[in-house]
Parts: sequence; structure tokens; C-alpha cells
Amino acid sequence: MSRLQVVSGKGGTGKTTVAAALALALATEGKRALLVEVEGRQGIAQLFETEALPYEERKIAVAPGGGEVYALAIDAERALLDYLQMFYKLGGAGRALKKLGAIDFATTIAPGLRDVLLTGKACEAVRRRDKQNRYAYDYVVMDAPPTGRITRFLNVNDEVAGLARFGPIHNQAQAVMRVLKSPETAVHLVTLLEEMPVQETADGIAELHAAELPVGNVIVNMVRPHLLDEDALRTAAGERRAAVAKALSLAGLGGARRGGLAERLVDPLLEQAAEHAERVELEREQRAVLARLDLATYELPLLGEGMDLAGLYRLAKELRTRIAPGGTA
Amino acid sequence: MSVSATDSSMDATPTLDIDPLLDDPATRIIVCCGAGGVGKTTTAAALGVRAAERGRKVVVLTIDPARRLAQSMGIDELDNTPRRVKGIDESAGGELSAMMLDMKRTFDEIVEAHADGERARAILENPFYQSLSAGFAGTQEYMAMEKLGQLRARDEWDLIVVDTPPSRSALDFLDAPKRLGSFLDGKFIRVLMAPAKVGGRAGMKFLNVGMSMMTGTLSKLMGGQLLRDVQTFVAAMDTMFGGFRTRADATYRLLQAPGTAFLVVAAPERDALREAAYFVERLAAEEMPFAGLVLNRVHGSGAPQLSAERALAAAENLDEAGIVDQGAGHAGVRDSSATSPESDPAPDDTSEGESGTRAAHSVEQLTAGLLRLHAERMHVLAREQRTRDRFTALHPEVAVAEVAALPGDVHDLAGLRAIADRLAASDAVEPGATPDEFARSDQPVG
Repeated sequence: MSRLQVVSGKGGTGKTTVAAALALALATEGKRALLVEVEGRQGIAQLFETEALPYEERKIAVAPGGGEVYALAIDAERALLDYLQMFYKLGGAGRALKKLGAIDFATTIAPGLRDVLLTGKACEAVRRRDKQNRYAYDYVVMDAPPTGRITRFLNVNDEVAGLARFGPIHNQAQAVMRVLKSPETAVHLVTLLEEMPVQETADGIAELHAAELPVGNVIVNMVRPHLLDEDALRTAAGERRAAVAKALSLAGLGGARRGGLAERLVDPLLEQAAEHAERVELEREQRAVLARLDLATYELPLLGEGMDLAGLYRLAKELRTRIAPGGTA
Repeated sequence: MSVSATDSSMDATPTLDIDPLLDDPATRIIVCCGAGGVGKTTTAAALGVRAAERGRKVVVLTIDPARRLAQSMGIDELDNTPRRVKGIDESAGGELSAMMLDMKRTFDEIVEAHADGERARAILENPFYQSLSAGFAGTQEYMAMEKLGQLRARDEWDLIVVDTPPSRSALDFLDAPKRLGSFLDGKFIRVLMAPAKVGGRAGMKFLNVGMSMMTGTLSKLMGGQLLRDVQTFVAAMDTMFGGFRTRADATYRLLQAPGTAFLVVAAPERDALREAAYFVERLAAEEMPFAGLVLNRVHGSGAPQLSAERALAAAENLDEAGIVDQGAGHAGVRDSSATSPESDPAPDDTSEGESGTRAAHSVEQLTAGLLRLHAERMHVLAREQRTRDRFTALHPEVAVAEVAALPGDVHDLAGLRAIADRLAASDAVEPGATPDEFARSDQPVG
């Protein structure tokens, strides 16, 4: 079980939710998980219904069984100042650089450096040990940038190591890449059973493989329940309209005669059923595409009432049953 | 839940009329922004198709790295220049071109256009430049701004529809001129450039102690070779950066001008609408001309008069009738706990379903299934309505155009046209807007 779990996915697929549920799922039996946010959207705070997270590791949830989830919203500028202090004992110089606008330059104008800092900070949390030489966190779960950007994001240190061919930046970049390219890391992609997200997932996996980054699982989110057998529907859509109208009437929904209340429900209900059948068919095709990717695939249900804290714990429970210790997630 | 109660608060929401916006010759730029995954690219493409078929000369600029626009427009090759889209009805005198931003090429073109041969080569060969221009996060936004300015300057099209990068950083391009400005006016660039300009030890004595400490620090931090690369790069870019700032400033003013319309795209989901609210506020703060919200994938129902509760109760009635009449159980209907569809996690593989019992589906069971499906749809409508109400309460002034959800994905011009039709006829989607239909008797029956 990799200690750094990177969760990416196309926008709108719910990767923040999945990352949070995964952190909860991993934090069982006294384990500690750190949930890391890198895009400054405060999605984690909204999900856990707390105030905006500062740049500080803070306990936000207790998992069933006594485990703990910590959260950290990484701020690139603060991370840079941290680095200057931690690696070069340059606290004062850091402040001076800030005054000059150098920090601003490093974190915004030269945007690649931003990714260096974000990945570097996450890897630092992975490697950190306490006084007893145990890992500070059993797992670090990263709510990462979307699929279209994930490979470049994770691979940025490779590029940096090439730019700075020696010196402290080179060494730091190489240390980060060693973590990211090892079995210590697993990159999961969240998708929906829709064409574009599935296509992006397939492309994303190819890019990750090409960059030799470790691909984890595909997580299919928001899977709808199937309420109606499509074959049954086809029968119903045929010549049994009158019988359906009669059944609706029987169920207490008005008259089954032409123009009656129950009769007028038949068309809209059949139309909805046809749309549903079309969707089910599309989902079946997309499942087949995902199956060809040859990766472990998990499905998470759509929560009918929308996402809330209770729903998050339910998704965590779902994930826990699939990533039992010794699993391959 | 009563349908009329949930939609009453939407009555006051102004409707965003798409056609007048597209037809108005004064509309020269439409910018689509919004969270990822809400159908921004598709919306931009659909607007382009509709505007072109209504007689405008349109170019659609997409910045998204995924080749989605290409897919939906049936063009395989979207490079850094606008390509004419085939299959558009040009009888109204319009035409459509589409292009996808190639960041590196755009960056290279700027260098080539604004630096002389030797200097241009020095920049293009600089390793720091090669990394930066290949498109780290952020470069996209600058280059999008640049490309928009270029397209506008060419004046070949009378409408430019711009898609934006798929994240909150989509609005970072608004900051580009300011950031570059503060960087160029700042001391840092002078510190960076000092050793490269004065060159060698002789020059160092002209620097004050603070500055030499700073370059020392940077050298320690970056390694001497990287610092030299950065210095060479910055020095070479110096003149060019100035030109870039001027143009970025001009583009920023262009965006603020009355000929521009910002559309915020969202789906009726909590996160997407929260992002939409952020965009709306941000645009207001920047005094950008905001036209309205495009709400994609809104679900409707042909039978809004039948509430989820009544449908479920009726389904139960039928279940009971079915058990009495047939004793065949629920063979045709899965997951009868439709009130909380999520209570049955990860549905099994769809291949399940015993073929032997299929023929035995009673009409009651089928009808109960139809009713449960309807109940689920009504729950979706209610959830979407609540989410929208929250947004409307915060921003009652925002005009909204709704696009009814399609069951499948869009990947051709016909699909884009269908989306555009729904966009232009937006109030047809209003769910539960006809609660009185139950009483009407002249409904044609097909």
C-alpha cells in the first residue's frame, strides 16, 4: 500500500471528495493520514464543513476506529519561505527576497516553481519522521491538479533537475522524484461513466506511464443506481401503453382514458425511461473502455441528496471495504 | 416537497437571451469561464456554431489542453492557427473558424516577432526558456491573453469566442498585466540582471552589499549554472517583456470594453455553482462586462405535476397488486428503495438480470419501475433547484440561460447545434413550470 496517494481526475468528477474519502478510509485503526490540497480552492474545508484551512497541518476528522485525518492547504509562497528556512537557514534572506518581489516571482511569474514547491512539500510530509523515527503520517493523500495537468505537475522536478544540473535545487528535485517514481506513490484517476472523462482518463494513464509515474486505480465516481431493466422497458415502450395507463390509474393516479390524468403521464414517463436506457447503454460502453485499461477499478455510488459530511463517511466506508490492508490501492 | 414551492423563487431571475447577444454586431468577444467539467468548451463551440449560422464571422479559441473542441467540431488538427470548420450552414453570410492554443508556439512567435535574430535565437535556445514556454501552469493564461489580442488585432473576424483554462486560474489571465508590471518595475529583475549586465568581477563593486548578498543567496539556492541561465533568459527577454506588458494591458482594456461579454458557465451542482459565484464576484471586482450565467445540464421532466412522493406511493400500490396477481416478485425492477438510491452502493455489473423471468414482467412491475425512475428524476430536479436557489439568493441580478441535459455526449456539429438550440430557448427547461398541466384537458396524445 503506497504511502503517497495522489488523486487526480477531470474537473467535475469529484476528485476532492474522493481524496477526502480515501484519507478517511486509510485512517483506520489508529493510523494517521494527511490530506493535502494544492490548488488553493479550500475544497477540503468546504467538504468537512470547517472554516478555511490555514497553511498548517490541522486535525479535521477522526475516522472510525480511532484514526486521525489531518489536512493541509499548501500555499506556495509559505512553502518557499519554509524551504529557505529548512534547507538553507535563510529565514532573514527569505524576508529580504520577499521585499524584492523575488518570492512573488518564484511563485507566480515563474509558474513551474510553484509546482516544485507543492510537490516538494507533499513529499516532505511523506518522508517526515518523529522523534521515535516513525513516520509522522502513515499516509499522505493529495487532492492533485486535474488529469490534463497531472503528469506535468508531478514531473516538474525532473525538469528542474535537468535545468539545475547540480547544487541544492538539483538535489532536492531528485529527492522528490525518487519518492514520486517509487512504489511509495500511487496516482489514482477519478472519472465518471461519461465519454469525455473516460477518454481523458485513458489519455492521462498513457501520459503517466510514459513519464514512468506509478499509476494506481481508476475510481468511477457518482455511479447511478439502475432502477429499471432496459429490456423490460423496451417491452413496455411497445404496444403496452394502454396497459401502462391502466396500471397508473389502478395505482391511484387518475383516469386511463384518452386525455385522462393517468393516460397523460404515459408519454413523459416513457420518455424518461428511454433517456435512462440510453444512459445505461452509454455507461455500459464506457465501462468496457475502462475495462480495457487493465487497472483495478472501484465504483462509488452517486449520493442522491448531494454531497455532505455523512455522505463523505459513507464513501469512506465504501472505499475501506475495497482497500483492505494488503490490497493494491 | 411541492413543485410549485420549489420553483417560485426562480420567478424573479432574469433570463439571459443568447440570440440578441450573438446577433448584436457590437458584440466582438465572448469569454466563457467556469469550473472544469461543466461543459465550457462545448458551450463555447455551440455559441460559435450558432453565431456563424446566424450570419457572423466567428472564430472560437480554445485553451483547454484536451482536444475536446477538436472532437466536437470534427476537426482532427487544431494547431495554433484558426482553421475553417466545415459543415456550417453559411447561407446567412457567416462562417466559423476554430483554433486551439499552442502555448509554446505562441510564446516562440512572440519572441521571433519582438527580438532581432541573434537575440531571438539566444532566448529560444535558453534551457530556462524552453522549460517555461512548454507550459507550466500559468503560462497558458498569459499566452491565452496574448493570442486573444493577436486575433482581435487581425480583425478578420467580427466575433471571437474564447474558452478558458479548466480551473480557477482561468481568471489569472486578468492578473497577467499587473503581475508582469510589478515584476518588471520591481527591484528583483534588476538584481537578477545586474551580474549579467555589468559582467564579471569588475562590475560587482558597483553593487551595494545588499545586492551582492542577494545574488550570493540566489546562486547558493539555484546553483551557479541555473542562475546564469535565468539571468541570460531575463536579460534576453528584457525588451520583449516590456512589449508584452503593453500588449497585455491593451488586451485587458479590450476585455473591459463594451464589445466584450463574459459568460460564466456552470452546472446545477454545489461545487460548480460555488465556483460560478466566485467568478461572478471576481468579474465584478475587475469591472469586466458580465453578461450572465449559462447553466448546463439542467434536468427537466415532462410530468412535473407528479411529485416524487406520489409516484413512489403509486409504485408501492402496484407492487402490492403485482404480488397478489403474479407472485413474480421484483424481477423487472432493481433496487426498490428508490427514495434513497444511494443506499445501494456500487451497483453490480449490468449484465446481471435473469433472462428467464423477463418475459414474465407484469405491466404493474414495469409501471412501478417507470414511477420509481420518475421519482428519482424529481429528486434530481429538487436538488438542482435547491442548489440554484442558493446561487440566486446570493446573486439575484444575474441573468441565467439554462441548457437541458442531454442523455449522451456531444461529439459532432449536430450535437453542438442541439446544445445551442437549447441554450437559445432556455426557459423551456424550467422544471415544474407547468403545475397546472394536470388540469388541462386539451393535451394532444401521441
